[in-house]
Amino acid sequence: MKSLLSGNAAIARGAYEYGVQVATGYPGTPSSEIMEHVARYEEIYSEWSTNEKVAMDAAIGAAYSGKRSMVAMKSVGMNVAADSFFYAVYTGVRAGLVIVAADDPGMFSSQNEQDNRQYARFAKMPVLEPSDSQEAKDFMGAALDLSEEWDTPVLLRTVMRISHSASPVELGERSANDGATTVSFLRDPHRLVCTCVWAKHQHPVIEERLKRLSAFANSYALNRLEWGNRDLGIVAGGAAYSYAREVFPDASFLKLGMSYPLPFDLIRELADGVDELLVVEELDPFLEEQIKAEGIRCRGKEIFPAYGELTPAIIERHAADAGLLAKEQVKGARDLALPDLPGRSPIFCPGCPHRSTFYVLGNKMDETIVTGGIGCYNLGALPPFDATDTMGAMGASIGVAHGLDIADIPDPFVAVIGDSSFFHAGIPPLLNIVHNGGNSTVVILDNRTTAMTGHQDHPGVAETLRGEPARKIEIEAVVRACGVTDVHVVDAFDLSAVEETYRKALAFNGPSVVIVEGPCYFVGPGPEEAYFVDTESCIACGTCFELGCPAIKHAREVNEKTGRAKAEIDPVLCVGCDMCAQVCPVEAISAPSGAKERG
Amino acid sequence: METLNFMIRGVGGQGTILSSDILAAVGVSAGYEVKKSDILGLAVRGGSVLGHIRWGDQVHSPVIPEGRVDYLVAFEKLEGLRGLNQVKPEGTVLLNEQEIHPASVSSGDSVYPNESDLQAALAAATDRVFRVPGLDMAQELGNAKVLNVVLLGVLSELLPVEAAIWEDVLRERVPPRFVELNLNAFDTGRSWMRERT
Repeated sequence: MKSLLSGNAAIARGAYEYGVQVATGYPGTPSSEIMEHVARYEEIYSEWSTNEKVAMDAAIGAAYSGKRSMVAMKSVGMNVAADSFFYAVYTGVRAGLVIVAADDPGMFSSQNEQDNRQYARFAKMPVLEPSDSQEAKDFMGAALDLSEEWDTPVLLRTVMRISHSASPVELGERSANDGATTVSFLRDPHRLVCTCVWAKHQHPVIEERLKRLSAFANSYALNRLEWGNRDLGIVAGGAAYSYAREVFPDASFLKLGMSYPLPFDLIRELADGVDELLVVEELDPFLEEQIKAEGIRCRGKEIFPAYGELTPAIIERHAADAGLLAKEQVKGARDLALPDLPGRSPIFCPGCPHRSTFYVLGNKMDETIVTGGIGCYNLGALPPFDATDTMGAMGASIGVAHGLDIADIPDPFVAVIGDSSFFHAGIPPLLNIVHNGGNSTVVILDNRTTAMTGHQDHPGVAETLRGEPARKIEIEAVVRACGVTDVHVVDAFDLSAVEETYRKALAFNGPSVVIVEGPCYFVGPGPEEAYFVDTESCIACGTCFELGCPAIKHAREVNEKTGRAKAEIDPVLCVGCDMCAQVCPVEAISAPSGAKERG
Repeated sequence: METLNFMIRGVGGQGTILSSDILAAVGVSAGYEVKKSDILGLAVRGGSVLGHIRWGDQVHSPVIPEGRVDYLVAFEKLEGLRGLNQVKPEGTVLLNEQEIHPASVSSGDSVYPNESDLQAALAAATDRVFRVPGLDMAQELGNAKVLNVVLLGVLSELLPVEAAIWEDVLRERVPPRFVELNLNAFDTGRSWMRERT
């Protein structure tokens, strides 16, 4: 039976069918749905771990114990996990261990455009790249088998277009092969303890393994020569293969399922059989450089860009420029005369608890430098707040703020971090501030979920991925245990309390933490009655627009003196958070049943 | 057959993702090779949403090559304009008569395209434009949320797939208590288009 599955659902299905028993991960677009689908299979133990490194270590431990294991993360998650998968390549695995990483060419929701195939070569492990959902499922099985046969973790690399595209998949049963039959930890310190005197004996073994894997790749079923016209031969794998096939349906192809180590005999055979060899790959010239280093002539990045998605449109355009396609074959987008089209950028939802922080930091305390991080709260960098000054990585805000402190800048500054990010990477830099006598203010936005990636649990949430009850870790207790004494807890929906608390914390001589509590609207108690603007009283001062709330709009009525539009509230969008009523200087905004009590 | 390329454009929350899923599943049931690609990521809530669906004998890329959209199903006018350059000159545009103002328009920093610009752009793109009162039809059925299925009903009338296949997919894809409502919505959209072709 065939079923239409997204790439992420197909990877999860592969984990189920091919006997994965333990799956760990940390959410991140475009990978998050992998674990959410895995969690639907009761046969697999699944968890959201606190970060990708913890997830990686846990999967390694389960593989050491004889259980087929997988770990899932987004592109940049590999950076966090790297310290651990590097050692796992040295120790080897008893049962299959697959690292699933979802890259983001085009940067739809990531802070960089890294090409994780480089990690396969860097850490010296094989990487498989599926081109559609069927392969996403099949390659999970292939990766587990490779991992066990070659005693190494295997990287299964997908990209947004594979993860978030859907195509039909043939479904099967769960295999009887659940990895090793006896589950126990076999003590083998000479392998599993990577002390230098023992681990250095592994390095030549790994180099030898890569050579043998490269030879094996020539006969590996996942790499296949597809002969077509002999004027053009194309080496491609993953999403780039499907795009290149679309543009050059009749060319000869080497379709790579395994993009490291490479099958050089097959590449030579294709090169010898065609007039011109092309390498079509997204992002880095990963294949191209290795192929050229083998002395095989080919063209790649001199034609195609090393950034962004390599969609059929982009391949067409660049191939035509290089003379590989006739210009008239390239239809391209049309050039219609369109009016100016206003953009539709993401914005804090109505009822979002983060709104108060960025309204205060962007309007009332605009002199304050704000170091930021990964999550919905990064929207504080955009209009109308324009509050956030730096953002680079999970947990970075606290360390960067400490850097501003030791650089002794004259401006006030705060670090802002979300609750999930705090547990992920915020605790070590907070300890660092306390230990080194720093004087930074850290704002923890506790919305009780990992919101941006789709509301996954974390240690501050009382339920696990599998729906089991969990001990909810209190952030305040963690912060105090880190040695911070100036700790404040404030209601996110009370604007003046938020501002007052930030000022107090900044004035304190020593490390301060402000925990801003307010649930994400999507995990909160639900909407309250919609507010309304009394148009008579509204003076069209524009203050409420500074909140950047999608529910607050320009009314048709204007202030006759200034000509400025008055405000109105969309009753369908408003969830009654009360913030606009708090900022209105003339009390023109209220709830039908009257003012709300705060504090 | 030639691959049929569908582009769905709308605003997060309008139910575009479910309609992409249904359209893809109908293609599978009708015996086509199908690929579908959604842009999710940051633009989920209140942002622009874009889906590519392709039916054919053999479909390689989940992304439609530029300028080769056969059917643009626009849930919102501004989003429809955004997709217009991708429509073939002989392609079809189904434009739901709904405006959802982005924040920059609500705040007065930018201007929503006016009706005469919209008409001119549509006329330049293709002769096959249908302005669909989808939200009105959905609201008359008692639930604005079935807008997506109303629009699929409108589209279905133009495609070589029998209604029964659509209805089976709808039964599978919508929650049981909404099946009847969605079948009505589908039929409403389908009838609307039948009267016009």
